[in-house]
Amino acid sequence: MAKITKSPWLLHYDGSSCNGCDIEVLACLTPVYDVERFGIINTGNPKHADIFLVTGGINEKNKAVVKQLYDQMPEPKVVVAVGICACNGGVFKDAYNIIGGVDKAIPVDVYVPGCAARPEAIIDGVVKALGVLDEKQKAFKEAKKKKGV
Amino acid sequence: MLVYRIISAVIYLILGGIVAGLLAGIDRKLSARLQGRRGPSVLQPFYDVAKLFSKETLALNHGQFVIAFSFLLLIVFTGVLFFAGVDILLVFLALSTAAMFLVFAATSSNSAMSTMGAQREMMQMLAYEPMVLITAVGFYMSTQIMNGGEGSFKIIDIATGDLPSIVYLPGIFLGFLFILTIKFRKSPFDISTSHHAHQELVKGVTTDLSGRNLGMIEIAHWYENTFLLGVVALFFLSNDWWSIPLAVGAAALVYFIETIIDNVSARVKWELMVKLAWGVTIVCGGLNLLVLEYIF
Ligand code: SF4
Repeated sequence: MAKITKSPWLLHYDGSSCNGCDIEVLACLTPVYDVERFGIINTGNPKHADIFLVTGGINEKNKAVVKQLYDQMPEPKVVVAVGICACNGGVFKDAYNIIGGVDKAIPVDVYVPGCAARPEAIIDGVVKALGVLDEKQKAFKEAKKKKGV
Repeated sequence: MLVYRIISAVIYLILGGIVAGLLAGIDRKLSARLQGRRGPSVLQPFYDVAKLFSKETLALNHGQFVIAFSFLLLIVFTGVLFFAGVDILLVFLALSTAAMFLVFAATSSNSAMSTMGAQREMMQMLAYEPMVLITAVGFYMSTQIMNGGEGSFKIIDIATGDLPSIVYLPGIFLGFLFILTIKFRKSPFDISTSHHAHQELVKGVTTDLSGRNLGMIEIAHWYENTFLLGVVALFFLSNDWWSIPLAVGAAALVYFIETIIDNVSARVKWELMVKLAWGVTIVCGGLNLLVLEYIF
């Protein structure tokens, strides 16, 4: 059966990041790191995505947006929080509008710390997320079978 | 003869998708190499589609499945007709009908990206349709010249002339190559959808399709590409055996050139696309027809 880990499509969302982590995420697509060699595509469309990559923390304004993007992704899906801001709010933690890390809005599967997270760390995080995705795909198939019976 | 036609249609039915899927993989590998990257495996498009079928399908309405399936069915039907060697007008008509289903699939959602994608897809049809018709007429006239009077729209007659049709249709061939970029949805004319991310329309026509529905559209695109390369090959076919390798080689070369164009050009606005496409249609296609009419 189809291995989802062979074709992980990615959705990147910039929460309230300083753009530092976003530049590192984009660096992953450049010839030096070339994540497309793993079949990874940066889709920019939640309905086509398998991995939700969030940079920056959650604030009052983007909480609903992150939730909606997550809901629009078809199962199975995983969430990767990139950068310390996305993990727990980071340097912006005490700002009046920041609620905290991505896990304040949606369940997070993999945390990638760092300020900014290096491309190597991001790729490591995504590869770890692929393991989780594999598990989720199995569970999803089981659930589908049960439903079918 | 009928046996050969049935065999060729069946071969298309079985291999049409696989060949274009592989070509799509080679395309991605080649693009990556041109950009100094390693690129995904050549089998990547198959992994992608297999994954899409294993995922949850978030359909906005029940119609989406029917429409996406109809698109796939009609595209395959178009290709089967083509490779069975029937009337080329019928084939092009079936192709236009199929294309409408992609537009339907996009408009069946109320997402702004999808709707805009549908409008642009129709603009693309507007841009390439005249050239498609001229191509059919050109083939007819070339058979007329070769047979000395009696013309034919039948693909089987076009493919078994004394000379490859390109001898009489160089202008029309160039015009057809131009609209092929629009049909392949490749840059600079990938305005309704694109296989690259980061565009202003997200994914255009396929934005709101997911899982199985998107997988079917992907497969339909593969069949469509094989069919279109088949039309390219038709320009080179004659009743000599050497025309077959020539035609296959020409189709492969055209696909290679399309990949290069895709990599070196930036997306244009739809106004420019229509102007360019019609300009090329009138100059290349029109002149070629005039020459056939008045000189031969
Ligand atoms: S972790 Fe550092 S680099 Fe990344 S978004 Fe936060 S402040 Fe910017």
